[in-house]
Amino acid sequence: MLKPFDVMLVGVGGQGTLLATKVLAKAAQKKGYDIKVSEIKGMAQRGGSVVSQVRLAEKVHSPLITEGGADVILSFEKLEALRWLEYLKPGGTIIINNQSINPVPVLTGAAEYPSGVVEYIREKVNNTKVVNALETAVNCGSARTANVVLLGVLARYMPIEKETWLEALEEVVPDKFKKVNNSAFAAGYTI
Amino acid sequence: MKELMSGNMAIARGAYEAGVTVGVGYPGTPSTEVLENFARYPGIYAQWSPNEKVALEVGIGASLGGARVLVTMKHVGVNVAADPLFTLSYTGVNGGLVLLSADDPSMHSSQNEQDNRYYALMSKIPCLEPSSSQEAKDMMAAALDISERFDTPVMLRTTTRVSHSQSMVEIGERKEHELKEYNKNPQKYVMTPANARGRRRVLEERLRKLQEYAEKSPLNFVHEGDGEVGVITSGISYQYVREVLPGASVLKLGITNPLPENLIRRFASRVTKLIVVEELEPFLETQIKAMGIKVIGKEYLPKIGELNPRRLAEALQNAGIKVSDRYQAAGWLVKEKAPAVPPRPPVLCPGCPHRAAFYVLSKLKLTVTGDIGCYTLGSLSPLSAMDTCVCMGASVGMAHGMALANSSMKDKTVAVIGDSTFLHSGVTGLMDMVYNGGSSTVIILDNRTTAMTGHQDHPATGRTLMGRPAQEVDLEALVKALGVKRVQVVDPVDIDNFEQVVKEEVSAPEPSVIIARRPCALLSKEPRAAVTVDPELCIGCRLCLKLGCPALSIQDGAAQVNTILCSGCGLCVQVCKQGAIVKGGRDNA
Ligand SMILES: Cc1ncc(C[n+]2csc(CCOP(=O)(O)OP(=O)(O)O)c2C)c(N)n1
Repeated sequence: MLKPFDVMLVGVGGQGTLLATKVLAKAAQKKGYDIKVSEIKGMAQRGGSVVSQVRLAEKVHSPLITEGGADVILSFEKLEALRWLEYLKPGGTIIINNQSINPVPVLTGAAEYPSGVVEYIREKVNNTKVVNALETAVNCGSARTANVVLLGVLARYMPIEKETWLEALEEVVPDKFKKVNNSAFAAGYTI
Repeated sequence: MKELMSGNMAIARGAYEAGVTVGVGYPGTPSTEVLENFARYPGIYAQWSPNEKVALEVGIGASLGGARVLVTMKHVGVNVAADPLFTLSYTGVNGGLVLLSADDPSMHSSQNEQDNRYYALMSKIPCLEPSSSQEAKDMMAAALDISERFDTPVMLRTTTRVSHSQSMVEIGERKEHELKEYNKNPQKYVMTPANARGRRRVLEERLRKLQEYAEKSPLNFVHEGDGEVGVITSGISYQYVREVLPGASVLKLGITNPLPENLIRRFASRVTKLIVVEELEPFLETQIKAMGIKVIGKEYLPKIGELNPRRLAEALQNAGIKVSDRYQAAGWLVKEKAPAVPPRPPVLCPGCPHRAAFYVLSKLKLTVTGDIGCYTLGSLSPLSAMDTCVCMGASVGMAHGMALANSSMKDKTVAVIGDSTFLHSGVTGLMDMVYNGGSSTVIILDNRTTAMTGHQDHPATGRTLMGRPAQEVDLEALVKALGVKRVQVVDPVDIDNFEQVVKEEVSAPEPSVIIARRPCALLSKEPRAAVTVDPELCIGCRLCLKLGCPALSIQDGAAQVNTILCSGCGLCVQVCKQGAIVKGGRDNA
């Protein structure tokens, strides 16, 4: 019996959430899960808020996760972590990439980027893990692999073995980026 | 072999496996990927048409020519294609014809959330509704069989969650379908009143047979539960029902037009409480009630927006029905006293040529009748330079109408329309304005692509869906042929010149067209250096922020450029009165 597991990946268009979702789905497929993935991606290139929902079980019905449903939320950006916080299951884990990307209303001065986001979430959620994926990615050789670093962090919280993740990663990313992605994943996995 | 596929990919696969050889459509979220995926299969033909009406007409021709055909569009596209659709129902088909209508409850990327099942009802054609990618693939094949067996077009109706969610699909082999012979048959294909009256009777007879078929079809099935609570549902709602009411008996309707009345009656008689769960309108509910069956429905379930397990659970609980533990309590984290979360609306990309156009229109304080595309984002703050958006093509007729109603608006109004949208349905509006002596100005934002839906080609891009070179529409010549004498082609990013041209044309006493031509920033390949700010010269006046560019902000009293995002278009360089922003520069990669 495979353990049902619901994950949300949230972030900003252009951060690589879609690729991360692909790898996650591939790994789950190798593990033998039934999978449903839901994405609203029409505006992904236009700098909007993007969400991928991945549901895993022996048999999945709804493709949607609702409030209080996600075992893990992996947030690529701080503000997005707060935006989707209600979706976390009581006792669930939230992984936050410690990066701020200003929405346009903030850039134009019409709104403010809130301070104390991480502190607030820490107070509410026992299992809050904050990582600096961008820095780790740069250390691994490419800022572009921040999404794979985050996947590495996520992998530790999921009922899927590391080897399976690595196989999935190799199948999804193009050959020429294999090495840097493998090291980014490994770095995330040990954070 | 099983593959993870979106509903749209699965429909394309289903069409390929079932021997479809002609695919036609017009892009529109959430339908677009169906044809894009279909176009990649070997041994088929696929094309974008300029609009949905033409797409369906090409599809009808292909069907009469004997091929199996798939025609794709979003829900509002069916409004455009409705005219041929209603009479296609009379003529019937030769090769199987399936019309995909991808509806968008909650309006993730649409201007309304109409429920297109009513089109099937009104045009008297069968409607099939899948609830997963596997069903989407299987129903595509089933729809073609129904189409040929009953001599009718079939609507395959998805919603955003079916089209865009991914789930596992069993992949099969393609079965080639033999081209059917075309036989001349005016009684069937020439809908003069006399012939149409004959077909009108055929229609009723066909519906009766289809209903009989629906009574026995495996597309309508019962998931046996406890017999206490019974649910009748269709489409994605089925998945939510299974999740929230795991013990209930469920009559899942794969065919939602016509309804299998006897099956519904038998099911109703076996359960104590009967609920109809459907998104949007009470389409099934109204018809089931008309059968004299008592049901719980929209008095508890929302009509507005898409369902999800949580919304469904709340509605059911209000109706006194027990839901699964997981969805019972509102036991989730409530964000009390949380910092306020500013919205993150979609924005025009850095380097987008539309930004330049709207900056100028906003500066000139013109009334702008708008249209649909990426450029509709020009209506948002800080540009706030669009007054209306109704449907594709509406901008042109509306500008003319405004000037007719109030002549003082004549010199203060422009219509703004994208290139793909102009070819879709702006041409006739312009023809109307010229013919009827209007004098409005139309700005065609020609970014050389259909950007909004993911960069599809159209008749003025010089390429087809299958990647072949094509004859390009000459927009200048086209508008001149309609009788517009004042036509200027300009680069909107040269904002001083653009402003001058707009002023000239708006005040001209005759119709005019400005073609604002510059390719979409996401299509241009050559990387340009980001702009730089001279902190000595920048006075922090925030003028550049009026552009709403995601690469610009003010920090510590001076403009800051996000060099990763900046495309180097130089719009801010032109806007800055201090000369503090310069193109290229030292600290750029
Ligand atoms: C009848 C209809 N069909 C399709 C759509 C989906 N749609 C909205 S805008 C658009 C085209 C946008 O292209 P263009 O006018 O060139 O503007 P751009 O996005 O490139 O700026 C499409 C296909 C729609 N809203 N209505």
